[in-house]
Amino acid sequence: MWEYTDKVRDHFLNPRNVGVVENPDGVGEVGSLACGDALKLSFKLGEDGRIVDARFQTFGCASAIASSSALTEMLKGKTLEEAEKITNEEIAEFLGGLPKEKMHCSVMGRDALENAILCYRGEEPKKLDGDVVCECFGVTETEIQRAVKENNLATIEEVTNYVKAGGACGNCHDKIQGIIDSMTGEIRPKEAKPRKLTTIQKIKLIEETLDREIRPELQKDGGDIELVDVNGDEVQVRLQGACSTCKASQVTLKEYVEKKLHEFVTPELTVEEVKE
Amino acid sequence: MNPGSTIYMDNNATTRVAPEVVEAMMPYFGELYGNPSSMHSFGGQVGRHIESARSKTAALIGADPKEIVFTSCGTESDSTAIWAALKANPQKKHIVTSRVEHPAVKNLCEHLEKTGYRVTFAPVDREGRLDLAFLYKSLTDNTAIVSLMWANNESGVIFPIEEIAEKVKERGIVFHTDAVQAVGKLPIDMRSTPVDMLALSGHKLHGPKGVGALFIRKGTKFSPFLIGGHQEKGRRGGTENVASIIGLGRAAELAADIIEDENTRVRKLRDKLEKGLLASVSNAMVNGDPDNRLPNTTSIAFEFVEGESILLMMNELGICASSGSACTSGSLEPSHVLRAMGVPFTAAHGSIRFSLSVYNTEEEVDFVIEKLPPVIERLRNMSPFWSAAQCKTT
Repeated sequence: MWEYTDKVRDHFLNPRNVGVVENPDGVGEVGSLACGDALKLSFKLGEDGRIVDARFQTFGCASAIASSSALTEMLKGKTLEEAEKITNEEIAEFLGGLPKEKMHCSVMGRDALENAILCYRGEEPKKLDGDVVCECFGVTETEIQRAVKENNLATIEEVTNYVKAGGACGNCHDKIQGIIDSMTGEIRPKEAKPRKLTTIQKIKLIEETLDREIRPELQKDGGDIELVDVNGDEVQVRLQGACSTCKASQVTLKEYVEKKLHEFVTPELTVEEVKE
Repeated sequence: MNPGSTIYMDNNATTRVAPEVVEAMMPYFGELYGNPSSMHSFGGQVGRHIESARSKTAALIGADPKEIVFTSCGTESDSTAIWAALKANPQKKHIVTSRVEHPAVKNLCEHLEKTGYRVTFAPVDREGRLDLAFLYKSLTDNTAIVSLMWANNESGVIFPIEEIAEKVKERGIVFHTDAVQAVGKLPIDMRSTPVDMLALSGHKLHGPKGVGALFIRKGTKFSPFLIGGHQEKGRRGGTENVASIIGLGRAAELAADIIEDENTRVRKLRDKLEKGLLASVSNAMVNGDPDNRLPNTTSIAFEFVEGESILLMMNELGICASSGSACTSGSLEPSHVLRAMGVPFTAAHGSIRFSLSVYNTEEEVDFVIEKLPPVIERLRNMSPFWSAAQCKTT
């Protein structure tokens, strides 16, 4: 059984914007019955140049339906220039993440969106250049290169998870490995992407991290810490007990408290001490 | 149906452990903890109960108790049988099996293929029936073993094992059958069927998980898969999984009555479910030979929808079934069984297997017949292919 997030379940069981937009400005289709999933996306622009309606029809598993539903929600209110920048990763993030084997569902959303925008501009759906590498799913070299580059893929298994290539007979595994190897120079090292948190989520996470990770350690030395305020990314704390008089307290704040908050909340936080 | 109750129609995956089986097993988790190999009577009495379980298991398939070796699962039984046949015939490098075997046999054969064996995977037709002419033609003097399942876990299709066994034995070739889905559902008699080795599994017949058995006909050349102590007369090392073996014995005893029920009441329930769904859902069809099928199984293909979506929506209603679709397995292709049968992709991705048991009721079947069609309709209304297919037909 797949571990789907509540948001995936919600968008699967209560999909938003099912159907086809009447008199659409753009329509994009990807996938096929043989592949096991397919998506038809249509949208309409308002007079202000922003997307007023986006709808989908999807054949596929729960995560394909949820990804499509999420995409239509993300599109509304965006200009085409903004819409164009939506990545498959953002679709997955919108849903609180997808199982890694299901990332191709988010890629399908992104591909349909691209085709819909091309359709609006009067261009042909993207003919993916390059030789077909995976015969079973009709995946080209260009598609694989793009997925590897955009998602920092390092193994054949990861490529299969994102674009399905290599997921059936396996005859193309050597070719896929070759593409990965030839691109090692272009892949940026994986870095923790800062999470986008609402203020409430941020404060909640900071409190949880203080309670779980930080406070018990300080208490061992007879000290304690209190959260005073959170101002943007500045976390104001008050040191208590032994910590308040400790000469090394600044080191504790920067080297211990701040690092823990970076690890468990977001790397953008700075910690400042508030004196009485 | 009560809200929140579970309707379990996934009995080819595993079955409910019969309450009688649980009761029989309990003492072996408690006071009867002795090792059956011990010299003292505290352990020795446990050994006698194991022998009783062996007799009951043997009786279910018309075997002699000496011909039964307890294992840890169906897969171990299959592996043991195939490796034993290959070791007994080191000069023979050919294996014959089918394209629709369970991974327990299929993946082992594919592994052996990489290590120098030639493997013939006999095809099946659109209804899942084995191509017997092809099978018999593929037998050579170099064939070490023929391994074929008695009944298919996905389609429920039954292979004519009695007939095949006769033909294979005429050629003097070792014949093994994976009967995991058949035992407990079909009458099986080793006295009248010349099978050399037969695998069965406890949890498919209302016994516990983690126990299986291998029937090895007297006189069959055998070498153990697990080499260790003298347990199972040296045919399978390792201290016995006592409680589970006792459970398998009790389940085998109960199975004699269950087979009767499976082939009458359960078959009727299955037929009602199948007819009810086909009557209210268009573009749906049964996968597999309707005349030679397990009485509890139906595999229904719903065109233009995807199986995982159907399963998860049924899950919301408390209905448990399984699917031959790609997305449920983590692989990207629909099941090898449906593909071997030539089920078109439009249908394979939306195939759902219902496998009933004696614990199912007519009320449950009625509930599924009522609740599933709207699920299919809902998913079809989301599917781009459904509206396209409607345009073509109207």
